[in-house]
Amino acid sequence: MTSGSPEVSAAEIERVFREERGRAVAVLVRLLGDIDLAEEAVQDAFAEAVQRWPSAGLPPSPAGWIITTARNRSIDRLRREASRKDRYAQAALLHAHDDAPSEEGPVCDDRLRLIFTCCHPALAPHSRVALTLRLLGGLTTAEIAHAFLVPESTMAQRLVRAKGKIRDARIPYRVPDESDLPDRLRGVLSVVYLIFNEGYAASSGDRLVREDLCAEAIRLGRLLAELMPDEPEVLGLLALMLLTESRRAARTTPDGALVRLADQDRERWDRALIAEGQEIVRACLRRDRPGPYQIQAAINAVHSDAATAAATDWSQILRLYDHLYALTPTPIVALNRAVAVAEVEGPEAALSRVDALASDLDRHHLFHAVRADLLRRLGRSAEAVMAYEAALDRTQNAAERDFLRRRRADLDSARESDPRNGDARTT
Amino acid sequence: MQHYMLTIHQPQGETPSPEVLEPIMRDLEAVNEELRAAGAWVFAGGMHQPSTYTVLRPKDDEVITTDGPYAEGKEFIGGFTVIKAPDLDAALEWGRKFARAITLPVEVRPMQYGSCG
Repeated sequence: MTSGSPEVSAAEIERVFREERGRAVAVLVRLLGDIDLAEEAVQDAFAEAVQRWPSAGLPPSPAGWIITTARNRSIDRLRREASRKDRYAQAALLHAHDDAPSEEGPVCDDRLRLIFTCCHPALAPHSRVALTLRLLGGLTTAEIAHAFLVPESTMAQRLVRAKGKIRDARIPYRVPDESDLPDRLRGVLSVVYLIFNEGYAASSGDRLVREDLCAEAIRLGRLLAELMPDEPEVLGLLALMLLTESRRAARTTPDGALVRLADQDRERWDRALIAEGQEIVRACLRRDRPGPYQIQAAINAVHSDAATAAATDWSQILRLYDHLYALTPTPIVALNRAVAVAEVEGPEAALSRVDALASDLDRHHLFHAVRADLLRRLGRSAEAVMAYEAALDRTQNAAERDFLRRRRADLDSARESDPRNGDARTT
Repeated sequence: MQHYMLTIHQPQGETPSPEVLEPIMRDLEAVNEELRAAGAWVFAGGMHQPSTYTVLRPKDDEVITTDGPYAEGKEFIGGFTVIKAPDLDAALEWGRKFARAITLPVEVRPMQYGSCG
């Protein structure tokens, strides 16, 4: 990537644009005050790069080149289309910025403003995700539609509507004030985490695009951490994603079947991601301003620490879940906590806690899967089989279904060879 | 400056008793005072119950008069305030003050055009 070296491949140009697109669009949104114009301008710059870079080589600062070219192309475009008065006004606006080309500082990065605009609570949650991926991630409408399993026309419509609302309702393009920040930041973090989870809970759809979503979420997480290094929950989310991602390779067999955490080949965990995630968790602990993402990251860090599943420090995990439950007392956190209880106090104690969640979680397959596992460990096979069936009824995820079917089958064959199952305990 | 209409969504039925209503009206007046002091107040009005509405419907050369309201619903727009604000965040901040004072949902709508201000 030395400057001026010729023979830049199309793939290389794509990569540079993927990396720099968010910054360029963000700067252009500030200059033009219009998201659509900004996107068009950056697209024009990309078209020009595809023409010029293969022979001329990469410019010394690709990001600077993209922004300058996009800005010049938008001036051209506005002049060409200046039949309408407001386009004149926009052209004038652009010239007003002529003397301030190097305004992008670390203090108030345009990308940060754009993230807060995309994640404004006045926008529908699915629009926030789509806009963030489109404007900052640089994913095409088709890619986003594909990842979220909706028709491309539906996704296009959502994006148009969201951009229209930003323009017409005047959703401001800025980072919220200090007093609003914690509340608004939560929304931003949940969008990034949603993108990550959408990629992580793969199985249906095109795997490639979904792995791409994890990478995109981590990239956005790194960007937020770089732009807001003093917000511990930002770091917590990044660490949580890195530690979760570190297990990706071990999480499925070559043919795509699900492998439980306890059964994973820990040799296949990504040590570099674990080291990075754990370092961030330690930095968060030193700050001592815990939040839900930091605690979930810490739980994952404890798992990563154990050389074998048996060596897992479950009492520490249970303490962390106590802490998490105190901050976010949701039934799902209670369910996860019960899994830790089973390891520390035994399945009997865990089962009574899980049963207490029945009214809240009956529709969730995980509730029944956890219950099934506890019943199996307590030797209550017939009830366990029924719980596995309840779990199967509640998930459409192919890998999950295969996993549950295998567990149920194991139990059936165990029961056949166990004479005790002849007597009672069938409810 | 952008104009926004803040509409108050009120359930149909009996008007609350004076003991309930009085502190609400006091809080509402305080928000209105604050709006005026900030120079953001444009126009406001309160509505009678939908049973008092009349609908006019154009048909051929005529306009037919019928008993209203146009849309039946459990809630109706009980009142509205038009304000000036630089952007949605500022308008939402006023909307929050109204919602807290009135203890009812408030919808914030950007206006496409208007002749006031």
